[in-house]
Amino acid sequence: MSDPAADTGYADPPPRMGFFTDTSVCIGCKACEVACKEWNAIPEDGMELTGMSYDNTAGLGASTWRHVAFVERRGPVPAGPGGEGGEPSPQGAATPGREEGELRWLMASDVCKHCTHAACLDVCPTGALFRTEFGTVVVQEDVCNGCGYCIPACPYGVIDQRRGDGRAWKCTLCYDRISTGLEPACAKACPTESIQYGPVEELRERAASRLAALQEAGVRQARLYGADPDDGVGGAGAFFLLLDEPEVYGLPPDPVVTTRDLPSMWRHAAVAAAGLLGAAVLACLTGRRR
Amino acid sequence: MAECHPVGFQWVMEAKARGATVIHVDPRFTRTSAMADLHVPLRAGSDIAFLGGLIRHVLENEKYFREYVLAYTNAATIVSEEFRDTEDLDGVFSGLDPRRRAYDFSSWRYEDAEVSAPSGLQEMRPEERDRVRGAARGEKHGSGGAEVSAGPMRIRTDETLRHPRCVFQILRRHFARYTPETVERICGIPQETFAKVCELITENSGRERTTAFVYSVGWTQHTVGVQYIRTAAILQTLLGNIGRPGGGILALRGHASIQGSTDIPTLFNLLPGYLPMPHADRGRDLEEYLRAETVRKGHWGNMRSYLVSLLKAWWGEAANADNDFCFDHLPRLTGDHGTYRTVLAQLDGVCKGYFLLGENPAVGSANARLQRLGMAKLDWLVVRDFSLIESATWWKDGPEIETGELRTEDIGTEVFFLPAAAHTEKSGSFTNTQRLLQWHRQAVEPAGDARSDLWFAFELGRRIRAKLADPAYRERHGLDDVEMDRPVLELTWDYPTEGRHGEPDAEAVLAEINGRDAAGRPLSSYLELRPDGSTSCGCWIYCGVYADGVNQADRRRPGSEQDWVAAEWGWAWPMNRRILYNRASADPAGRPWSERKAYLRWDESRRRWVGPDVPDFDPATPPDHEPPPDATGPEALSGTDAFIMQADGKAWLYAPSGLVDGPLPAHYEPQESPFANPLYGQRRNPVRSLPPPGREHFQPSDGERGAQVFPYVATTYRLTEHHTAGGMSRWLPRLSELQPEFFCEVSPELARERGLEHLGWATVITARSAIEARVLVTERMKPLRVQGRWLHQIGLPYHWGPNGLTTGDAANELAHIALDPNVHIQEVKALACDIRPGRRPRGRALRELVEEYRRRAGIDEQTGRQM
Repeated sequence: MSDPAADTGYADPPPRMGFFTDTSVCIGCKACEVACKEWNAIPEDGMELTGMSYDNTAGLGASTWRHVAFVERRGPVPAGPGGEGGEPSPQGAATPGREEGELRWLMASDVCKHCTHAACLDVCPTGALFRTEFGTVVVQEDVCNGCGYCIPACPYGVIDQRRGDGRAWKCTLCYDRISTGLEPACAKACPTESIQYGPVEELRERAASRLAALQEAGVRQARLYGADPDDGVGGAGAFFLLLDEPEVYGLPPDPVVTTRDLPSMWRHAAVAAAGLLGAAVLACLTGRRR
Repeated sequence: MAECHPVGFQWVMEAKARGATVIHVDPRFTRTSAMADLHVPLRAGSDIAFLGGLIRHVLENEKYFREYVLAYTNAATIVSEEFRDTEDLDGVFSGLDPRRRAYDFSSWRYEDAEVSAPSGLQEMRPEERDRVRGAARGEKHGSGGAEVSAGPMRIRTDETLRHPRCVFQILRRHFARYTPETVERICGIPQETFAKVCELITENSGRERTTAFVYSVGWTQHTVGVQYIRTAAILQTLLGNIGRPGGGILALRGHASIQGSTDIPTLFNLLPGYLPMPHADRGRDLEEYLRAETVRKGHWGNMRSYLVSLLKAWWGEAANADNDFCFDHLPRLTGDHGTYRTVLAQLDGVCKGYFLLGENPAVGSANARLQRLGMAKLDWLVVRDFSLIESATWWKDGPEIETGELRTEDIGTEVFFLPAAAHTEKSGSFTNTQRLLQWHRQAVEPAGDARSDLWFAFELGRRIRAKLADPAYRERHGLDDVEMDRPVLELTWDYPTEGRHGEPDAEAVLAEINGRDAAGRPLSSYLELRPDGSTSCGCWIYCGVYADGVNQADRRRPGSEQDWVAAEWGWAWPMNRRILYNRASADPAGRPWSERKAYLRWDESRRRWVGPDVPDFDPATPPDHEPPPDATGPEALSGTDAFIMQADGKAWLYAPSGLVDGPLPAHYEPQESPFANPLYGQRRNPVRSLPPPGREHFQPSDGERGAQVFPYVATTYRLTEHHTAGGMSRWLPRLSELQPEFFCEVSPELARERGLEHLGWATVITARSAIEARVLVTERMKPLRVQGRWLHQIGLPYHWGPNGLTTGDAANELAHIALDPNVHIQEVKALACDIRPGRRPRGRALRELVEEYRRRAGIDEQTGRQM
């Protein structure tokens, strides 16, 4: 596994730290959202009833670093009571005129992924975004000049500029807390251990065994998201166990670091420039001959 | 539970991870349903039929735990020949006096038992009895442990359970009509789903397994609320799920330490430790009170010790044997003084002053308009809260100012607002549903003028006492009756204070509650309390919380460092016992019912009970112990009397006393219902508590003219993001933004039927008022097939009011104040209503709309008041 902190040049860094968010035990209490805002002193950002189930936060942004999605959806049933996998547990008689399948209410707490290959960091011209010794990605609020390059660079749409402030903000994985051995505020507040904090390597093992247990119990739709070091961002420092397609939760199905192709783009550009230059020289030379 | 008790729900999730099956029974699909293995939607207000169906299933299919039932319940007890069941009387029990709308309980008693309680009632004149009954006597003793036998004779039983008048046979006949078909017709639960619930619960009960029930105000807030809990108690007792690990019926409270505020009560009818408050018509002196309230057998037999020690804690040196230990200093009840009766007394001009400490009735109590109209008749009102809640500002910007019903300049109420300290700003204890006291320490001093409730009560007492003790003040105000003021002047009121604001030391209060012996040493158990005035104790069930002078509630030894019962985390009353009635965890011979569910066991070699918890009785009492015939109190309990608070030592499948509305639960429709009662001719709880005519309008129910005007059922509830009436959440941006607006939840089918649009506005109307809400159309709301028609239910979170960062109408504007007759709780969980698209009218037009609905439904003063 690549170690982003070591790759950055930290000599002998501590283990890479991150989140494993197990949405199968998320009860949608939003304690993570409140704890995050409370600890990081993030302002209120919108008192609007969205109509998106119980989600009035709507998405991650400059003033929302944890976001709990609520998805009401019909679908196949997880384990039935008694443990037989996939047995449909009765929810009462079907209501005439409604779609078939059991109603599910999926809840998932989203957060910055702290990518192994982080495009936001790659494009930041001031060095405000940096890789910490824990392998996380943090914006330094006193360095950010509000250029906004990082915003379109993020393949998840996580980082954003705060209105009236101009600077870019996002989850720091509570850099201040973890630097002193505390766990991040959201993980601390989570009552059901849906949000687990720890060394990424350990979390990946935990996630794999949880996935195996769920699949054995018949939850066929369970899957990990962001846990694969070979994915488009080199694996996320904050990854998830989902109970449906990522799109259902509003997550991109196959995110790719937007700066992945930069080197080859530069190479192509260089080749093109050289070609152009050659052509021009040739043109001049042949022109003289004429 | 996930919705309103997310932190406690972590343990349900942990149980689930260990293989527990979670069933969620709720009209709505909530965050709890999302985590449950099985969600069972049912019609709001139909739970007795549902639970009654389960009881019938258990009885008819022999699924009860026979050895347990025979050993520890009153199943075999023979009931008096005079008793008539709802089976015989079409939905009412014997003893109903239709004129007074009250039961005479005498026919409910056990055969040959001399006195049936609430004891002493029989010897009273009927009008006295009504006043006493009105004072919620059913709540006394908490566990309903009223007297069943005044003499030493044995209660008649039939261990074969075949006697036609034994409790078991009465139960079978009573619940025979609660068939799966009936459950389907009343509750809207398909028979297939109901069968699944029956199977899951019975398979998970018995020797090897136990099932727990968890309930909240969805069960209590009905005109038959107490009987809901009784039904669950019968079921759990039949299944052997009481007194054993993993069993029980857990009441989740709406608020931190609601359990504590019942133990050391904010209720009008109780003294600390569930001792009944004396009544003006009975118990005129200490002896008469004790004669009427003490039972012969069980731990209530020592009531004199508990009460005398309480009087010593309150009046110290002034309390002695010559003056009945100041028993006369206690106030006396003259009837119902509950919160709704108090509002009516305000409207009558009888109640002149009102303290609201952390309560917001202008939003949080049923018929919120009536609450405000009552407050407008007061001389003075004191509101202590964090923010300017609606109960503090109704006089200038309340809904009645807008409708023109009240004008600020006409209101004579003097309103005082005093800022209150939060729990982080003071020390004290929380008592949770497990009776577990957990201490918390002050983190910061309160800001500005904010002070703790303890400081307020202490200072109020200190200042009043100083005035009353000042001869010049007395003379100036013509206070010439010193006798009248003795109860206040002689109080022990000398707590040490600390900190910048002179906060009373909360641990000193805890030490007083714990109690002391004659030498002033802390007591360690209520068994040490004495009837002669040599001990003091502020709450007998809390005795031991300060044993050895150590704050036992402050213990924080992690679970990982002790056994699974974790007896050294906090302190549970009584005597740090974690499971009540734990004698029932072993069989009559003292062996665990199974190794899997082992808890306490009799160790013959050591001649004592051993296990991870404190036994419910003297640990040296052998299982075959037979008390001497003349023994009284705890000594009269036999080795198998597991239910130590009951006068017969048994769990009550049938309650011969203690409840004012029947010895058994019966399904009654809510006060207002779009459906008839298919079980009995008696539609509603015949003895439900109604306000006098002229104060409130009720709606017609199914079968009565005009009922179709209110065809839907609304149910009120809370959201995770907000707290009760909003005082602790609507002023906080980080909570308000998560649920920024009042909404109603409706099904797509109802939305189509009434033309409601997602995120549009709807107006919900009852005979009391009309409110507006944004519409959330969701498949989580599901129409139910009830009595051959589709019922639509409407969800109304009740957090909102006109003040704060997020505002909206209060759902409680719609609710009425027909109450449960035992405990006077309002019925806000099942309200018939109408809904239509669009916002509600403003100003005078709002009342006109309500008037129009009343006219259309033909509502007058008598509607809904039939017995």
